[in-house]
Amino acid sequence: MDDFIAARSQMALSLGFHIIFSCIGMVMPFFMAVSHYKWLKTNDEMYKNLTKAWSKGVAIFFATGAVSGTMLSFELGLLWPKFMDHAGPIFGMPFSLEGTAFFIEAIALGFFLYGWNKLNKWFHWFTGMVVGVSGLASGILVVAANAWMNSPAGFDFVNGQYLNIDPIQAMFNKAWFTQALHMCLAAFTATGFAVAGVHALMILRDRNTYFHLKAFKIAAVFACIAALLQPLSGDISAKDVAKRQPAKLAAMEALYKTEKPAPLLIGGIVNEKDKSVTGAIKIPGALSFLAHGNFKAEVKGLDQIPENEHPPVAITHYAFQIMVGIGTLLLFISLTYFFTLLKKKSLIEKRWLLKLFVLAIPLGYLALEAGWVVTEVGRQPWIIYGIMRTRDAVTPMPGIAYSFYIFTAIYLSLSIIVTFLLYRQIKMVPVLYDKVESNTHLHS
Amino acid sequence: MIKSNPILICIAKYEQHEANLINQYNQNTGVIILNMKEVVITFLCMAILLYFLLGGADFGAGIIELFTSTKNRSRTRKTMYHAIGPVWEANHMWLIIAIVILFVGFPFIYTTMSVYLHIPLAIMLIGIIARGTAFVFRHYDAVKDDMQWLYNRIFRYSSFITALFLGIIAGSLISGHIDAQATDFYTAYISGWLNWFSVAVGFFTVSLCGFLAAIYLIGETTETHDKRRFIKKAMFMNVAAVVFGAMVFVAAQRDKIPLIDWVFKSQVGLSAIILASLSLMLLWYLLIKGKTKVLRILAGFQVTMILLAISYAHFPNFIRLKSGDSISLLETAGPDKTIYSLGLALLLGSVLILPFLGYLFYKFQKKEE
Ligand code: HDD
Ligand code: HEM
Ligand code: HEM
Repeated sequence: MDDFIAARSQMALSLGFHIIFSCIGMVMPFFMAVSHYKWLKTNDEMYKNLTKAWSKGVAIFFATGAVSGTMLSFELGLLWPKFMDHAGPIFGMPFSLEGTAFFIEAIALGFFLYGWNKLNKWFHWFTGMVVGVSGLASGILVVAANAWMNSPAGFDFVNGQYLNIDPIQAMFNKAWFTQALHMCLAAFTATGFAVAGVHALMILRDRNTYFHLKAFKIAAVFACIAALLQPLSGDISAKDVAKRQPAKLAAMEALYKTEKPAPLLIGGIVNEKDKSVTGAIKIPGALSFLAHGNFKAEVKGLDQIPENEHPPVAITHYAFQIMVGIGTLLLFISLTYFFTLLKKKSLIEKRWLLKLFVLAIPLGYLALEAGWVVTEVGRQPWIIYGIMRTRDAVTPMPGIAYSFYIFTAIYLSLSIIVTFLLYRQIKMVPVLYDKVESNTHLHS
Repeated sequence: MIKSNPILICIAKYEQHEANLINQYNQNTGVIILNMKEVVITFLCMAILLYFLLGGADFGAGIIELFTSTKNRSRTRKTMYHAIGPVWEANHMWLIIAIVILFVGFPFIYTTMSVYLHIPLAIMLIGIIARGTAFVFRHYDAVKDDMQWLYNRIFRYSSFITALFLGIIAGSLISGHIDAQATDFYTAYISGWLNWFSVAVGFFTVSLCGFLAAIYLIGETTETHDKRRFIKKAMFMNVAAVVFGAMVFVAAQRDKIPLIDWVFKSQVGLSAIILASLSLMLLWYLLIKGKTKVLRILAGFQVTMILLAISYAHFPNFIRLKSGDSISLLETAGPDKTIYSLGLALLLGSVLILPFLGYLFYKFQKKEE
């Protein structure tokens, strides 16, 4: 394997791994806070047990998120030293603030996990909220750093030199808000559907139904609200990309030729060699509308961009299709769920709806990873858009392929162990968290 | 007291070097306006020191477990979990803080390390991943079965490896073996860290971590039997530290590193070593007498003094290169605006964090009656 490809793959792997855990770290504290709040208000022990059960799971994820994050902060230098040499001082502001947010999160988590029966109960609840808020803040901050790579700001690039550096301006670059908004929603969508799905599965199997129903409802509400807002935020993102990174937009839609008006492609097979797409469904004018808010507008195609600045089209296009496809499906599930709630139908009887939620367990995360592929692969060949090429940033050390294999093995085994632990956690619910056969509650 | 504070000494030294960057006094109010570069460097020193002490004790816990006979292991593990469980996450934040300060404020140092010490850094990272996850998995696994055996194994060995490579990396930075002009793989990526001095520092670090952990654990148990066990462990680790410490000096001689000059020819280095030795004697006295009250402070003080003695002479040089050049914190600091906002972020962060962190330690250190 080519060292350059190995470095890119290792970066992608580490980030793709980390993002799953960090999303859980960002979102689960809010679910726990709701359940915790209900316990404090209603004194229903079931909510207390639910909070505890969730917090055990979160501790596992949090540790994995923390070590993979530590890994990343070294990896930026291990793999991309020439990038960090210049970028560090410019886009470092969010990272230094993020340090604070992480720290607060870690401390608050210590309080929360070990504070049962030791702290004032409302202070204890509050520490749980602090975990959530600081986790969310750190997510927003890193994304702002990533947005800077897409939309560099806060410096003047003169003769290969980075002058007049302004870290604050760099942090508030043009892309930070749209990206952070979309990312936060995605975290809620992905985690919410995954959690709701797991509990839906347990309800379908008729195990501790009362317990899992409570859990399901909390997760599902968060997930479905986020999934409703997701396409709106995605639309803002697309318009934003059209403005700042036309090459990425063209790759997302496999738009090889500039068109006016431009059609939206759904599906299709991209042939990068003859620069064509076959078998796609075309919606006339829709891309013009998506990108510029006007059905007649011109959309820049790849023909207007120098060949050596083209991102990989096929990957970007497929990833975009996956994200949007899943987003649409989740939107549909959310609407159905809200409709059911509105009609005050009993969930337990709507087994098909619960089955849909089970189906959605991996989908949110799939969309999330796909979205990141769109953003990151679509930025290629640039590591700092328009300024520095990824190839020029890679470490001079040979043999990165071996490092890639080793880390792949590590991440793979960690994923297996975490899945296994989670499975056990859920299997042990009847023993640890819900000793009273809760089904009797329900039917009595 | 003031003299012995490594941070103040670092700053004092720095002022001598950079006459143009000394503190500016605001004449009207008499308030000292700190130079942001100093603030940032102080935070960096503090983060590294705290990582050595707290993270080190944390690694040490695994190392102690490794050297505990099978029949006592589960007791050691319990005490340890009780002791470091609530704070272990926070202990490792110091490493991240240090790294972020480096890559934001001192990118040249960060990238030089990353390139030439790629291999030991990667090994250390694997260790961090393995022990961090194993530690949590073994506690949170809902079923306690044979998997525990695996988690324990991983936790112990990776604690050892991580501490070893942390020491190797620290040693390599000052060993003068890093060769930025190397043309072949071995000189560029291997001999910079695989040399007698770096490895000796590695083992020295392992024993210091074990020592810190044993001292820490003594105060965490109420059982006399366990207490005696940990006291023995602390003595064992301390002897090991002295032996490996001597080996560091031998290796330095062999590798032509002027360690003896650094430590014994500078007043600060010498005083630090004398203070460390004095506190060592006091510590042994207290250990033998079974008095465990001030042990932690003494141990922390001792390790701080050792770090000070080793690093003072070439401060603010962070990396010594084979060519004889050094990479200095002062000369390679990022642009002013970056340093300024970094310093501000750090100050703001500590205002938010320190009270919270202090409360965490306070709340969970109190013995449950
Ligand atoms: C649950 C996950 C999820 C779902 C359902 C969607 N997205 Fe998304 N999308 C992401 C998760 C995501 C993300 C978190 O992975 C990305 C990567 C970078 C970012 O800021 O968000 C992203 C990026 C991203 C970008 C690129 C932004 C950039 O490069 O700056 C666009 C244009 C869209 N999305 C558009 C959409 C549209 C039109 C959707 C319609 C349904 C959609 N996304 C659903
Ligand atoms: C966690 C969510 C993220 C995911 C899943 C992700 C995914 C990826 C992928 C797939 C690549 C490889 C692109 C290619 O080589 O074609 C990549 C590269 C990279 N990403 Fe991200 N990314 C994420 C967030 C970030 C953030 C927050 C940063 C930095 C602040 C970042 C920095 C980089 C760098 C430096 C590279 C290597 C250079 C490059 O290929 O352009 N990424 N990422
Ligand atoms: C979009 C991408 C990213 C998001 C949303 C994100 C978010 C988070 C969150 C919420 C956590 C807390 C851990 C948890 O609760 O499980 C975390 C941990 C961490 N992340 Fe990321 N992160 C991203 C990418 C990165 C990158 C690129 C780096 C490094 C340069 C990084 C460095 C870290 C570190 C060091 C930690 C550990 C902190 C701790 O101990 O809590 N993250 N991340």
